[in-house]
Amino acid sequence: MTIAELVEEASLEQVGYSSDQCLKCNVCNTACPVARVTDLYPGPKYVGPQAARFRMGRNLPAQGKGGPRLKSPDLTVDYCSGCGWCTTVCPAGVKVAEMNSQSRARMKAGGRPKLRDWGLGQTDLTGRIGVMFSPLGNWALANRPLRRMMELTVGIHHAAPFPKFSRRTFQSAWKRRHKGDVGRPLPGPDKAVVYFHGCAVNYYEPHVANAAISILERNGFQVIVPPQVCCGLPLISNGIYGEAREKAHHNLKILADYARKGYRIIGTSTSCTHTIKAEYREMLDIHDDDATVVANATWDICEFLLDLHDHGKLDTGFGRLDEDLPYHAPCQLRSHGIGLPAMDLFALVPGLRAMDMDHDCCGIAGTYGMKKEKYDIGMAVGAPLFARVRASGAAEAACDSETCRWQIEKASGVRTRHPVEILQAAYLAGDAAAGRAGQSPAGSGGVAPVTSH
Amino acid sequence: MSESYACDVLVVGGGVTGAGVLRDLARRGLKTLLVDRGDFGTGTTGRYHGLLHSGGRYAAGDAVTARECIDENRVLRRIAPASIEDTGGYFVATPDDPEDYVDAFPAACAAADIPCEEIPVAAALRREPALNPKIRRVFRLPDGSVEPWNLIDGNIADARAHCSDAWSYRRVVAFERAGERIISATVRDERSGTTARIAPRFVVSTAGAWAGQIAALAGVEVTMVPGKGVMLIYNQRMTDTVVNRCHKSADGDIMVPVHTVAILGTTDVRVADPDVYDISREEVSALIAEGEKLFPDLGRMRLLRAYAGVRPLYQPPAATQAAQNRSISRAHTVLDHGEDGIDNYVSIVGGKLTTFRLMAEDTVDVVCEKLGVTTPCTTADEMLPNQVPGKTYWLGHRLAEHEAEGGGDSALICECELVTRPMLASFLDEHWPCSVDDMRRGTRLGMGPCQGGFCTFRAAGMAAEHAAAGASGTTDDAIVGYLRERFKGTRPIAAGRQLQELWMVLGIYGGLGIESLVDGGPAADAREADDARR
Ligand SMILES: Cc1cc2nc3c(=O)[nH]c(=O)nc-3n(C[C@H](O)[C@H](O)[C@H](O)COP(=O)(O)OP(=O)(O)OC[C@H]3O[C@@H](n4cnc5c(N)ncnc54)[C@H](O)[C@@H]3O)c2cc1C
Ligand code: SF4
Ligand code: SF4
Repeated sequence: MTIAELVEEASLEQVGYSSDQCLKCNVCNTACPVARVTDLYPGPKYVGPQAARFRMGRNLPAQGKGGPRLKSPDLTVDYCSGCGWCTTVCPAGVKVAEMNSQSRARMKAGGRPKLRDWGLGQTDLTGRIGVMFSPLGNWALANRPLRRMMELTVGIHHAAPFPKFSRRTFQSAWKRRHKGDVGRPLPGPDKAVVYFHGCAVNYYEPHVANAAISILERNGFQVIVPPQVCCGLPLISNGIYGEAREKAHHNLKILADYARKGYRIIGTSTSCTHTIKAEYREMLDIHDDDATVVANATWDICEFLLDLHDHGKLDTGFGRLDEDLPYHAPCQLRSHGIGLPAMDLFALVPGLRAMDMDHDCCGIAGTYGMKKEKYDIGMAVGAPLFARVRASGAAEAACDSETCRWQIEKASGVRTRHPVEILQAAYLAGDAAAGRAGQSPAGSGGVAPVTSH
Repeated sequence: MSESYACDVLVVGGGVTGAGVLRDLARRGLKTLLVDRGDFGTGTTGRYHGLLHSGGRYAAGDAVTARECIDENRVLRRIAPASIEDTGGYFVATPDDPEDYVDAFPAACAAADIPCEEIPVAAALRREPALNPKIRRVFRLPDGSVEPWNLIDGNIADARAHCSDAWSYRRVVAFERAGERIISATVRDERSGTTARIAPRFVVSTAGAWAGQIAALAGVEVTMVPGKGVMLIYNQRMTDTVVNRCHKSADGDIMVPVHTVAILGTTDVRVADPDVYDISREEVSALIAEGEKLFPDLGRMRLLRAYAGVRPLYQPPAATQAAQNRSISRAHTVLDHGEDGIDNYVSIVGGKLTTFRLMAEDTVDVVCEKLGVTTPCTTADEMLPNQVPGKTYWLGHRLAEHEAEGGGDSALICECELVTRPMLASFLDEHWPCSVDDMRRGTRLGMGPCQGGFCTFRAAGMAAEHAAAGASGTTDDAIVGYLRERFKGTRPIAAGRQLQELWMVLGIYGGLGIESLVDGGPAADAREADDARR
């Protein structure tokens, strides 16, 4: 072997070894939204590739068996929000955010997770209970004294944004609506897609699903909603890898069948789709065939719609929406590396003046900004964004990721919606102009406003 | 020449052996002075592989060395735990290793009293997943890794507490003889150029590969056959356990995790002069090819640098010239030059770092007998002063300490190795005057992936603050001198990321107006390395 042959593509490297690629250039440090606002966080270069060299057993799966010798000496890495900017900007291909996530998991290995972190990871469980007792739960989440209690006891900041539970899960509503479909043959993969709804849609925002489904149907796709569980991201970000792997395998098993038959998997949550595309393999170290076929078949909804348009297959019957629309591209969307498809789609809507807010992170980063000790950091990270949204004077804003929407809406006071809700409104406007009957989606109504809190 | 410094014993050569001899003599009540031509531990001791031998490597061929290793391994864990990382060691049989050697291995270990336990291959792979999955058998032995400078420091500190002393940067340039005795030595201060006269009752040479040169100054012949060994430093540890090939010692068959890095070694090539050798790219490639038999992904892992040390191998007059270096015993020999006509002079040659204390004990026994001292050796029983009982080194300790103080980059001078401003400040207080390279040995400054790129100017700045007023202008020299030395080691491996790093660092210093960081003009080396790659 010659020395020249030693040079290898960075992209081939496992997360554990990707610190080998670091040139110490500091680009990640200048991009990190958290390091910018707090001294509590020393920045990606330090907690990532630098600290990695001081960790034992970094070849082993995070939270694998191995006992105390794997215990990580880190503390500050817990302040990483997981927004992923460092990985996105690193010119050398170091997987800093992934490394941080894994070392957080190592840090917590052995010990039992904090009740709060465990709870924030259990989106399926809290969601199901919340929906079951939705009036009570929603009252509790809006009740100030109770929220103060929650902050004191479990460490969730009293002002952290929480959406309202819906009265029924999207899954159960869908099942009821499609009871008759069972056993009916599916159209081929060019005529049907699989929908991965994620927890937010299931428990809080069914209207996002309805908008997405009606758009997909309008463009000629039958929508398949297989049974599914949380993608696992909230568990990953809270360092609970074991359970996250169980969720991942559960989903992969179901989705792989469809993916192998050529069906595409579409999600409305950019963070769920990114988890399926990338994190199952990179963070959770799941490298089987299921993980690969599913990752390759998964699309973010706007990515998918824009691809249809690129092939001349998107129905562009959008009507006029005469409004300013501030748009925030979530960190997770940047990690997809697909540009800003929502902005391209907005450009197809006559009259719509979408404005990229050009800010890196809103500060919520999943559940990060909800935590007592991180709330202020999150708010500081997102402050310029909130100011810009407010200053736009617009009536509503758009953003692809649910927790970001809740954060922006709460912090700026401007109603914030998923791009598909905007597009659906544009379709309806088009239909109205054409004098056609609006293709109002079934269920709760595709454009139901988000309840503000 | 100024007045002379009188002492009982002068020890020439401040590697680990010299430090051990100094401590032992001091503890037996002899006022001793140790001198080295450079900083302590800049000879072979600072350029070795880092392995605390269990003795397993020698069990099958050299039972004496094997037994000495395991005995001293146990002693060092007791007297210098903080200098040791208890990594444990695997001896693995790859498909390339002869079965009869592997079959006989456990019995050979047992005969030398070395604990050796065979473990399932699957268990070894679970603990060290980077290992070659095709290995056939794995034995676990008590190998470790050991930090040499800390060991030297501890030995010297103990000696100083016993009325003795150690001077660095003092080169022995001449001996004065009166009949059968050496009556004085002339040492030159390598920094100021002044000389001093030392008048000892006895002289011990612990000059390792240079023992022949020292002997020549005294007018006697000691034939050293310095054996160059090349080692490669990987950016991070692909293993937390020492891994040895289970076969007859050969090139590139041991990987030692040392601090933040892992070191693959070594080779053994006879060189004429222990100060003159280089490292070729062919040697580097050959090492990697061997190393891949242990860790198949090695070719993709980042190398930081290559370095070499010279073994202090001794050839007794009777041995044939044809003997290969590897077959010369690693055991040590105390040479009493009374046989050569000098009554108060001994040399200690051969040996290992692992057995340095025993080497010192054997040497000092001879000296004491000649001087009529009967105090017994206590170096195996008393812990070194810079140690804490039972607390061995742990990789995460620096990060843990830094994190406990809040972490962060602001106080870091060397980011890669987490060397803080306070750490360097106290080092400078204790060791001033010193070079950036001395700071490196004391703190690991500049030993990480950027190889000094980001810390050298900061460290040189701190040193300049420390220097007497008017010393400006030396800062550039300090930077250039240090980085040139660092780049020398990068050159043989420069490829991929490390080559990019080198270019970036050259860019940084170019921007600071410092151009001649590599021999042969600005950036010539990096360009040459680039060309070689194309
Ligand atoms: C490649 C390699 C790998 C090795 N790996 C291991 C290992 O893993 N484990 C192990 O146990 N052993 C190992 N060894 C062996 C071990 O490193 C040596 O046996 C040991 O370090 C020798 O120490 P020393 O003090 O005898 O010699 P040195 O450290 O060489 O000390 C001799 C000193 O004499 C000084 N000197 C020379 N001339 C003069 C002069 N004129 N005046 C004053 N001072 C002078 C030099 O500056 C030098 O500091 C290895 C050796 C090599 C070469
Ligand atoms: S951006 Fe990448 S290469 Fe640069 S310091 Fe950060 S991790 Fe290292
Ligand atoms: S993931 Fe985000 S918060 Fe964490 S280090 Fe990277 S840029 Fe900073």
